[in-house]
Amino acid sequence: MADSPILSMRGIDKSFGAIQVLHSVDFNVYPGEVMALVGDNGAGKSTLIKCVGGIYPIDHGDVFFEGTPVTIHGPRDAAALGIEIVYQDLALCDNLDIVQNMFLGREIKKRPFGNLDEPAMEQRARETLKSLSVRTVKSVRQVVSSLSGGQRQTVAIAKAVLWNNRVVLLDEPTAALGVAQTRQVLDLVRRLAQSGLGVVLISHNMNDVMEVADRITTLYLGRVAAEVKRADVTYQQVVELITTGRTGTIGLQPATAAESA
Amino acid sequence: MTTQGSTPSPVEPTTSTALHHQEGSSPEAPSHSITDFTADFGAANLRETVHAYIAKVRGGEPGALPALLGLVVLVLTFGFTTKLFISVGNLANVPGQAAPTIIIAMGLVFVLLLGEIDLAAGTAAGACSGAMALAVNNNGNLAKVLHGGTFGAYVIFMAVALIVALWQRLWLGAAAVLFGLVILLTHLASNDVVSIALAVTTGTAIGVLTGILVARVGIPSFVVTLALFLTWQGVLLLFEGNGATVPTRGFAAINGIENKNLSPMWGWIVFVVSVVGYGTVTIFRSVRRRARNLSAEPLVLVLLRLVLLIVVGAFSVYFLNKNRGKGLVKIEGMPWIVPIVLVLLVVLTLLLTKTAFGRYLYAVGGNAEGSLRAGINVPRMRVSAFTISSSLAAFGGVALASYSGGVNSGAGGGNTLLFAVGAAVVGGTSLFGGRGRIRDAVLGGLVITLIPNGLGLHSNMSSAYNFVITGAFLLMAAAVDAASRRRSAV
Ligand SMILES: Nc1ncnc2c1ncn2[C@@H]1O[C@H](COP(=O)(O)OP(=O)(O)OP(=O)(O)O)[C@@H](O)[C@H]1O
Ligand SMILES: [Mg+2]
Repeated sequence: MADSPILSMRGIDKSFGAIQVLHSVDFNVYPGEVMALVGDNGAGKSTLIKCVGGIYPIDHGDVFFEGTPVTIHGPRDAAALGIEIVYQDLALCDNLDIVQNMFLGREIKKRPFGNLDEPAMEQRARETLKSLSVRTVKSVRQVVSSLSGGQRQTVAIAKAVLWNNRVVLLDEPTAALGVAQTRQVLDLVRRLAQSGLGVVLISHNMNDVMEVADRITTLYLGRVAAEVKRADVTYQQVVELITTGRTGTIGLQPATAAESA
Repeated sequence: MTTQGSTPSPVEPTTSTALHHQEGSSPEAPSHSITDFTADFGAANLRETVHAYIAKVRGGEPGALPALLGLVVLVLTFGFTTKLFISVGNLANVPGQAAPTIIIAMGLVFVLLLGEIDLAAGTAAGACSGAMALAVNNNGNLAKVLHGGTFGAYVIFMAVALIVALWQRLWLGAAAVLFGLVILLTHLASNDVVSIALAVTTGTAIGVLTGILVARVGIPSFVVTLALFLTWQGVLLLFEGNGATVPTRGFAAINGIENKNLSPMWGWIVFVVSVVGYGTVTIFRSVRRRARNLSAEPLVLVLLRLVLLIVVGAFSVYFLNKNRGKGLVKIEGMPWIVPIVLVLLVVLTLLLTKTAFGRYLYAVGGNAEGSLRAGINVPRMRVSAFTISSSLAAFGGVALASYSGGVNSGAGGGNTLLFAVGAAVVGGTSLFGGRGRIRDAVLGGLVITLIPNGLGLHSNMSSAYNFVITGAFLLMAAAVDAASRRRSAV
């Protein structure tokens, strides 16, 4: 396992108005590993992800990519670094079809006029969906509004793996999925890590987390309770970290935990 | 369905590369690559095509159907109830009557796609054409005719728009506004063609500033354009003085837009070029995409549409080429406005369907937050949409001036805007954003125009009926829009 993170966030503060949502958060993603990000509802997981993606600007703190400091001003900066995010609240356009959604913002264009290369996009979209074993979609030219929740989720994931990424962050990707599709997504998460990517998985399902994660970061009320190796903790300990911010000697000091609450 | 060659297994040890773009992966043979996506390859025959079409309409995508039905109903009704409706003299008037509404509506499609509205498009059209008319009548010297303060404000307005356009990096818009500023400060607008450019570029400036108020300042477009609706009306009054009309009949380029005709031979050339061009592109696309195993429209459908177009087009050209002059004066041929609208239709449709810019307009209209996350500069898209809309509105104003022979101090007011919005909506553009096409403006504009045209031939029908019936059509269109939105959840 690699020990130097590919993506590293140091001391991230983030407030919405008067409410501080993230308190000096340290977060690392290692190449070839799955980092699970867990925490109760409202702990700040999605907010942290959106800071990585450049959706929210961070108030304080530093971001390092492969050891060099970077600033991410917007989604395009993140994409340029090879960071792909599957957001919890799906970011698909209902009125566009699957292909159009998968390439949104990064269309393949033809020379010399820069018009859209629909055949190329359609072919690649189909290949990617096939590699994810998407079976239930009738047409890649279907508008997204006609898809089921799980199918949309799959399209959103396919959109993220379409590109040559270094880091993929998935915010509760299996929440809307059936048993078989969940299995596929978990397998995909492992495959992505095996191919050398840094993968972040946010999930409330501890069984899934314990199965696929190499490391686990727990957020407790906007603070990092602990970053641990999956092999070093038990299921019970992770649950305690999520609900109380500490377990045994690991976790926030009682005072800090109380202060955050 | 699953055939040899494809790998349906979810777990493939070597898929890490398969997840990414496979450079040079050859297109697989048709029967090998299809595991699912069966519907991509569309209907194979006419029956399936019809079924697919019905399914689409019922699924909430009525397309051009309601507008076409409306046209057929209107033509049949007026055709049977009046003698004159289906006569060369009357039908040859329709393009000219419809064009201002159509052109303004084309611009509105861009704004409506984003789920916004431009209530000021009509009065902006009036003010821009007013500037044009005054300039061309006074050797391009607006400084002389306008009140000093008014002229100064005009120049400052254009300069501010230029700066904003540069700030938003709307290069094309900035170039247009700069051109307008140059025309304004020199006396170039003594030339009638250049005076038209003054109108259009003033529209560009109006659009840039409208857009910035909506997209960056964050005022709802309904409020911004309601305020500007009043403003431009006032500006036109300032330009011309109350009750005045500035004539444009004497200026060939302006007058010709609505009142000059192509020779019959050129009419046929326009027809052949349009039909051959459209036919080649659509047939070629269908055949080639199918051969490459991509989703494609069935050829039958393409051919059917082409035949319909040929029949309607040939009929129109034949009709327009007949002499409709009374007495000794021979009036024949396709009005210039027809190819002008056709060119706009083609260019703007290409912009919406073949470019990333067009794609982003739809995306922002469908899901602004999602578009933002995809890296699209959403505010800039909004400013662009208003810029295009107002520029086209200004050109619609030019057509209106050409049609009425001048610009009166109330031009573009009244129902001008409402009819244009009505045209877009009747044509099938959604008021909720995310759905609409340029052709909607054309079809809807024809519907909106045929109503007063046909009613006018009934001597006992007052204009009251015109408003009531137009209102009813608009309500029906809005109902179709709402219903299809519910069905398709777009
Ligand atoms: N745009 C926003 N404006 C104000 N407050 C926000 C905003 N987004 C999130 N918050 C607040 O920040 C806190 C963290 O929210 P976040 O969505 O990051 O939680 P989460 O860990 O992803 O929870 P869940 O598991 O429910 O998805 C919550 O208290 C939420 O109310
Ligand atoms: Mg969340």
